[in-house]
Amino acid sequence: MLTVSGLVKRFGGFTAVNNVSFRVEQGEILGLIGPNGSGKSTIFNMLSGTLVPTAGSIEFDGAEISGVAPHRIINRGVGRTFQIPRPFHRLTIFENVALAGFYGQGSHSRAIADEAAERALGMVGLPTDRHASVDGLGAAGLKKLELAKALATGPKLLLADESLGGLDETEMDAAADMLRKIRDELGITIIWVEHIMGVLMRVVDRVMVLDHGEKISEGLPSAVASDPRVIEVYLGTDADSSQVAAAEARRRAGA
Amino acid sequence: MNPRYLAWAAGIAALIALPFVYRDPYHLHILVLILIWSFAYTSWSIMGRFGLVSLGHGGFMGVGAYVTALLWNHLGVSPWIGIPVSMLAAGVLALVVAYPCFRFRITGHYFVLVTLALSGIVLQVITATRDYTGGSLGYTPNRTRGSALLALQFDDKATWYLIALFVWLTGLLIWRWVDRSMSRYAMEAISEDEDAAAAAGVNVTAEKLKITLISALMTALAGALYCQYQMFISPDTVSGISVSLQMVFAVIVGGVYVSLGPTVGAIITILLAEILRIGFGTKAVGWDNLVYGVLLVLFIIFLPKGILGSVIARLKTQRKMPQRS
Repeated sequence: MLTVSGLVKRFGGFTAVNNVSFRVEQGEILGLIGPNGSGKSTIFNMLSGTLVPTAGSIEFDGAEISGVAPHRIINRGVGRTFQIPRPFHRLTIFENVALAGFYGQGSHSRAIADEAAERALGMVGLPTDRHASVDGLGAAGLKKLELAKALATGPKLLLADESLGGLDETEMDAAADMLRKIRDELGITIIWVEHIMGVLMRVVDRVMVLDHGEKISEGLPSAVASDPRVIEVYLGTDADSSQVAAAEARRRAGA
Repeated sequence: MNPRYLAWAAGIAALIALPFVYRDPYHLHILVLILIWSFAYTSWSIMGRFGLVSLGHGGFMGVGAYVTALLWNHLGVSPWIGIPVSMLAAGVLALVVAYPCFRFRITGHYFVLVTLALSGIVLQVITATRDYTGGSLGYTPNRTRGSALLALQFDDKATWYLIALFVWLTGLLIWRWVDRSMSRYAMEAISEDEDAAAAAGVNVTAEKLKITLISALMTALAGALYCQYQMFISPDTVSGISVSLQMVFAVIVGGVYVSLGPTVGAIITILLAEILRIGFGTKAVGWDNLVYGVLLVLFIIFLPKGILGSVIARLKTQRKMPQRS
């Protein structure tokens, strides 16, 4: 469904993403992990059209999408969430999602937009009350809203950017289950970017690890978790972003 | 029927009936001015309410007024054709200036500066081509020797009052149409976060251009009407930076987020100018601009929703209070 080959992004002299290639198959959940600054978000921004690649190609559903305007990519069926939720405070929760339903699917029909909003809000478990304000939502609620906005655009491929930052453990598990439910029930293919390895490993079919803009490992979660290069990367970085990975590595080292 | 609609219907009926029972020319003159400027301010707020603060609207108004008058005087083109042509010209100008701004993400203060330059340029062009436009001395459309209707020249204040009333109401309807459309959601989203709006599928550049175009077309119409009514235009009264600033001031005073806010702003600014003119005469030339400046600062700090916006907000909270307790 998605074929990325030789993707490069340079900012001046700094190479954020260096020659990364990968494929995503219809219906799978691909995990994308790596320490801070490893290029995960840059790849996401290129996939969603926010950034134009320096080189390489991105083929989605048989068509080249690198360098295509963000709203066109959304219309073709690539939805995205942002790492830090970016709700529109001047709109109600429902209007936030209906907006995505109206423009995201390219339908420009109010009825379809409202219906998409109802469905997306129901899916993530937010109230479909038309007047509820965004300001009443906590961190978990804002993550759900972010997801609902992406779902309302009617994606075939969902780019979920670090959906779990700032959540406690129960909320994390619930959010991970949510992504799986979205794949299972709606048949949406997902690329999930995450710092926190533990919870991600439980849900994804395959995982890809980035470091300094390069792909260092790819495969089944169990294989990747025991890859010495991955362990080295995660142990060598700041504890904040990779606590779980470090703990995992320590456990393995001890066993 | 909804009491709100009833109030509107009664208000509009009263406004239409007014010139048939009350014909004091001075008061009608003030009312016509208020209606035309209210329409101009409403046009500005169509985009201004979404954070697209333009100081270029004096330019659009100038294009509307001068193109209409020049076509009439030099080519004998009736304002009925001249006005659409002038609106088209303003629309093209708006697109030429706005497209690069939006495409290359020139927002906030930088957008204000670009539009400020637009006002200045239109003013300079009018002054520089003084052989045709009369420069800073002003310009007068030729009096028609034929049909008053064809030339859109009426001596009767009541006729102008009704024309201005109709255009003003149209302006309010456009405001309401935008307010209820999905474009409003899109523009609110864009004004908060362009990337997030694009991620929701909004074509940010196209939406901003659309709203800018509507606003510019309306503003040009206001300029052309002002020209036809006053039968005299000068760069200072229909174009340039001072007119642009006056729009911003009036809208902020009245309230940029409510449909009648710009109208309240027009009532206040025009009455203020008239009071200063009558009370102090030539001694007070330019005072109104000074008072505008001081009030603008005070309003932005203490009453950012404007007079009408604040009143409505207060009424809403009062109405909610009893339900809560």
